[in-house]
Amino acid sequence: MGTWQEYLKEEGRLPEWPYPIRYGEETEVETDILILGGGIAGCWAAISAARAGAKVVIMEKADIRRSGAGGPGCAHWCNVPNNPHSRVDPDEWAIREMNALGNYSNGIAIEIECRENYDTLLEMEQMGGKIRDTEDAYIGVEGRQNDTKFMICSRYSANNSIVARKDWQEPGFNPPEERNNTVLHVWGSTFKPALKKECERLGVEMYERFMATCILNENGKQGGRAVGATGINTRTGEFLIVKAKAVILSAGAPSDTLWMMDTEHGGLSFSSRNMSSAGLDLAWRAGAALTMMEGSSPTTDGAGLGHKWYTGGGDACYENVHLVDADNKVLPAPPQGWEDGGALFPANRDVVQKIREGIESGEYQLPLYADFAGMKKEEANATWNLTLSEETCGKPVVKTMTQCGFDTSRDQILNYTYMELQPSEQFRNGRGSGILIDWDLKTTVEGLFAAGTSMFFACDHTAHALCASSGRYAGRKAAAYVKNMKTPALCREQIDREKERVLAPARRSSGIDWKELHFALNRVMQYYVGGYRSERLFDLALEEIRQIEEYAVPQLYAPDPHKLMRSLEDLSLIEHAKIAIQAMKERRLTARELNVKRLDYPDSDPEELKNYLLLHQEDGETKFERLPIRFWGNMKEEYEKHNPDYAGVYKPETETGGKDNG
Amino acid sequence: MAEMIYAIPNVQTPNAPVIIDPSKCTGCNTCVEICQIDVFIPNPKEGEPPIILHPEECWYCGCCMTDCPTPGAIKLNYPLSLKPRWRTKASGEIHTLK
Repeated sequence: MGTWQEYLKEEGRLPEWPYPIRYGEETEVETDILILGGGIAGCWAAISAARAGAKVVIMEKADIRRSGAGGPGCAHWCNVPNNPHSRVDPDEWAIREMNALGNYSNGIAIEIECRENYDTLLEMEQMGGKIRDTEDAYIGVEGRQNDTKFMICSRYSANNSIVARKDWQEPGFNPPEERNNTVLHVWGSTFKPALKKECERLGVEMYERFMATCILNENGKQGGRAVGATGINTRTGEFLIVKAKAVILSAGAPSDTLWMMDTEHGGLSFSSRNMSSAGLDLAWRAGAALTMMEGSSPTTDGAGLGHKWYTGGGDACYENVHLVDADNKVLPAPPQGWEDGGALFPANRDVVQKIREGIESGEYQLPLYADFAGMKKEEANATWNLTLSEETCGKPVVKTMTQCGFDTSRDQILNYTYMELQPSEQFRNGRGSGILIDWDLKTTVEGLFAAGTSMFFACDHTAHALCASSGRYAGRKAAAYVKNMKTPALCREQIDREKERVLAPARRSSGIDWKELHFALNRVMQYYVGGYRSERLFDLALEEIRQIEEYAVPQLYAPDPHKLMRSLEDLSLIEHAKIAIQAMKERRLTARELNVKRLDYPDSDPEELKNYLLLHQEDGETKFERLPIRFWGNMKEEYEKHNPDYAGVYKPETETGGKDNG
Repeated sequence: MAEMIYAIPNVQTPNAPVIIDPSKCTGCNTCVEICQIDVFIPNPKEGEPPIILHPEECWYCGCCMTDCPTPGAIKLNYPLSLKPRWRTKASGEIHTLK
């Protein structure tokens, strides 16, 4: 027994939907702060707001114990310049990090990270998360600190970039006494269960298996104060209405599947299927400003028709592992370790080119392997059992391969990167796209905060620490905001309109399924928003999407609440596509920073690139605005101005239940 | 007696992202609750292994296996096309995940 067709053979019938169907039924809840999305950011927001005395509700699509992109785990805590082993000043490191990212970054999030990631991590440990080698399993591994038992990671140990420094192969590069020491290894698979437990302890109300569908505005007016949200149960179809004094949006980051989705080959999208762009859509329909929507980048990590990420030698997290050719000749690729200062292979384009030429000339023989067998035993063990095993989908790779006899002391894992070459241009994602926030992590809609990867340009290289510290920060800011505030009224008309919208695919008895709709949108993006771009192509894309909305969306059919969730995600993705194309049209230039090659505007414009393009909706109409790059001002000064009472690491023994620590 | 042949559509690819050992599975449904994708539904028969309903949505995060209270009851099963490959350095012998 296992698959549905085995059940059919044994029982002579298909199983009935196992959950009660409750389409149309409503539950109404009232709270101080409503958090949409219970991943790492959402849980931290809930914990921090509840510790400050607020009543908190989380709406989350899955079981909070393992939900979100960070549910399975995370192996790195980036941007921790105030850990005891760091050699850099937090504010200076924040500036270096911002500069390393070029014109576009999120200085607010970076400063919050550099100031608070370490405190957040210590609080994670208080809750039961594992952040040190307490069992002494990795004594002798480079970076392991015998006093604190922290495992310093080689990432960014020589510079802030994922690209190796040009001098990395010179003798004496990155000596131990000069390393930045700003990234720590963590046992992230312990984090989400601990966060859920703390939410339970604090009395946070968790509405699991509820997908947020709409942020409710005061008087139902787009752009009006956020006063709650609606959600739908992904198993029963029950409709949830939450009234709140403030809403924190920490859900539905830009999806990897806007340009390409593949279900047939299994798990090829780098991220969870639940990462759906729904957060962007929620903010957009509420009237909040988004930015960087015109950005897209060719994705190198696992999306498209490539191999499943982490099963290939040389993928991210194969730290300190050299790539060798078929004859065991070491390649000049950075091994993502101390030797190169923690570069993220294969970001260094020169090296990639050199290896390709070597393959073509016969200098290197395919296939290539990640040479665990050539490593020091304790280093190979740490990479395999800590770094890979704790990182998102890494644990099952480690477990199944080990069970099947793979042994780091004698074996080498096949590398696919150079056999697959680079992913096709069409395999893109919209990373960088997100919600505009200010120093309180408020959006442009009153009462609406954002945290985690729904924010614009929310990317250190893993984003887990960023999610944690921005969630924690948004939680305390929202708690301060709702003090002495009256509970708002909801607009019934907006609720009824939304209920009608979300239930429509479930009310039909046949039609187009969510996958077919998703593939149709992918095709539009591949044809008209691909490597070449022009106003004519954008207009064709918008027209085809309009036709999809006119013809296919009214036929969208969801036979059960699960498929209804996927159908609603598709509608969010359609909205994401429309927003992105409108933003792309507005940027009339060619720019490598934005990964845009315009046939009608072949020239770049350095001045134009010195601003963020913002867009939001007013009464359904798109409005554009600009903000200069680095609009956040002096990061150190602004942080201090906005956080004069920051209380540092939470002290459980002094808990008062109503004390404001922010 | 010949087994009943039903008229069913092609099954999804992949069809079984995990293999559940019925002799070990207690039917506790921890995996059903833990899976963020809802790959599984509970078996209508209490105590029986869950049914894999949405296999092609699996992203192989392995949380079902990590959190399963019965060791060895769930094995992650990468699709045939995605089985990791490796070789033993000294002998050159090649291996594919089984």
